[in-house]
Amino acid sequence: MHRPTAAGLLALVSILSLAACDTLVRSPEPRPADSAVGRQPGAETAGRGQAEAAEIAPWEDPASPIYRRTIYFRYDRNDILPEYAPLLRTHADYLARHPGARITIEGHTDERGTREYNLALGDRRAAAVQAFLIAEGVAAGQLETLSYGEEKPASAGHRESAWSLNRRAELDYEGP
Amino acid sequence: MYRAVVFLLAWVLAGPVGAELTIEVTGGVEGAQPIAVVPFGVGKNLSPPVDVAAVIAADLARSGRFRTMPAREMLSTPHSAEQVDLRDWQVLGMNNLVVGKVVGGAIGGYQINFTLIDVFSGDQLLGMSMPASAAGMRYAAHRIADAVYEELTGQPGVFSTRIAYVTAQPEGDGQRTTLRVAGADGYNPQTIVSSREPILSPAWSPDGRRIAYVSFENRGSNIYVQDLASGRRELVASYPGINGSPAFSPDGGRLALTLSKDGNPDIYVLDLRTRSLRRLTDHYAIDTEPAWSPDGSELVFTSDRGGQPQIYRIPAAGGAAERLTFQNDYNGRASYAPDGRSLALVTRTNGRFRIAQFDLERKVMRVLSDGPLDESPSFAPNGTMVIYGRVHGGRGVLAATSIDGGVTQRLSREASDVREPAWSPYVE
Repeated sequence: MHRPTAAGLLALVSILSLAACDTLVRSPEPRPADSAVGRQPGAETAGRGQAEAAEIAPWEDPASPIYRRTIYFRYDRNDILPEYAPLLRTHADYLARHPGARITIEGHTDERGTREYNLALGDRRAAAVQAFLIAEGVAAGQLETLSYGEEKPASAGHRESAWSLNRRAELDYEGP
Repeated sequence: MYRAVVFLLAWVLAGPVGAELTIEVTGGVEGAQPIAVVPFGVGKNLSPPVDVAAVIAADLARSGRFRTMPAREMLSTPHSAEQVDLRDWQVLGMNNLVVGKVVGGAIGGYQINFTLIDVFSGDQLLGMSMPASAAGMRYAAHRIADAVYEELTGQPGVFSTRIAYVTAQPEGDGQRTTLRVAGADGYNPQTIVSSREPILSPAWSPDGRRIAYVSFENRGSNIYVQDLASGRRELVASYPGINGSPAFSPDGGRLALTLSKDGNPDIYVLDLRTRSLRRLTDHYAIDTEPAWSPDGSELVFTSDRGGQPQIYRIPAAGGAAERLTFQNDYNGRASYAPDGRSLALVTRTNGRFRIAQFDLERKVMRVLSDGPLDESPSFAPNGTMVIYGRVHGGRGVLAATSIDGGVTQRLSREASDVREPAWSPYVE
């Protein structure tokens, strides 16, 4: 049962996977506070203000129409609620006008129900958003889907106030 | 250089393999049998690392089928059948008695001799001699408890089996998830894999030597199969979309799994030798959580094709799916009892997710747990208990409950969530 070599190998495997994870490149989360500092009205000269604004990707700019990148779902459903159609169309327009931009559509669920069912449900939610965007003219090559199921809640907690924030799809931008 | 760093870290991690699961037992089976496990004698100049009698007694008590006597209440402490005065035990109301001694064995090891005695007749029901190394002594004690349990209940014991589970601990601004395997008593935890990304759905191979699991370590869900002894692992499914719900076929040669590569989550069967993939379901709804029947002839799975998640059954060779559950508006994550006659599953009643046993012949459901967020049920290999994950006090813990509902064990780990338990098959 206790073979030191086996234990070492196991630990090695964990280390290697740890290394793999830590090298995983994730696009940065939006930082509204930082963005706001760069855009203080009147605090800078016009020229410098423009230069700083140019460094902020539009999806990270709170003033941009594509800054909102999360839509929410009803329990155990993957149909897109009409109230989110305008936001998704705004993203579709942006993507259609920027063929170099790419997004990963992350599908998430709340914690209720079984983990693997939720992994499948998150996949369906991401796929529903993908289908919507393609129908609005986005090239399929710009879109990737990724389900996290219930594994990455936006809000901790075991009540509807948290659950409603966790049943979601997030549009994660990469590229120019 | 890099290699040296890796091995140094490996040594640091391999060092403190501490932190066990804590087990609390509530309830007990009506008519639990009174038994005394007398502290074992120890041979001259020996200091065995484990109190063998204490491990046996704790195993038997945890099952709920036995009431064990505290050592301080015993009138005598015999170490062999010849030293037993039956009246000492009859007067204390015991049915059975275990006595034994740890002596020196071959090449620095130990030998555990024990006898199980019927207190009324004086019959020696079981007498064995078991070799054990220092490191294997706890396991040997579990094997003795298994033998005692089987002799007195007629069912094989599961004290020497293991449990795989996932822990999640806060780390930095995220979490570290770790897949571990520990003894059924929560001791000797072993790390299988650890990641800052989610790990879920551990599934044992029928020989108990490999575990399949889903890991997000490489962006998205992928399925790995890992050999426990060597730590070597293989990436077996990384198709576009989700790769989830691995389940070994009873012959160990195939893996049922869920893939959405063809646009929608469906069940597939992967041949682990040839790597050929066969699609088992093809429906626009969600099909997931496949589980094989013990004879390998059919599988059950979860589908929301009827509007809500329910359990369906399909021949392993493919064909039409038959809906099995009609009670309650959510049924998922079914797995077969070892005798193939019932399923353990997650069901929702009054908005609470609970564990239930579904009788496949009578088509009735018996709820085994209270909820509200119980999940991932897994049968013990003797079919007497189901282990599952639940939320208790805002934290993930494991619970194991007897099928007769008499006794429940709560297994928790300090400062971390514990979830996704999978009970191992019998292992040699």
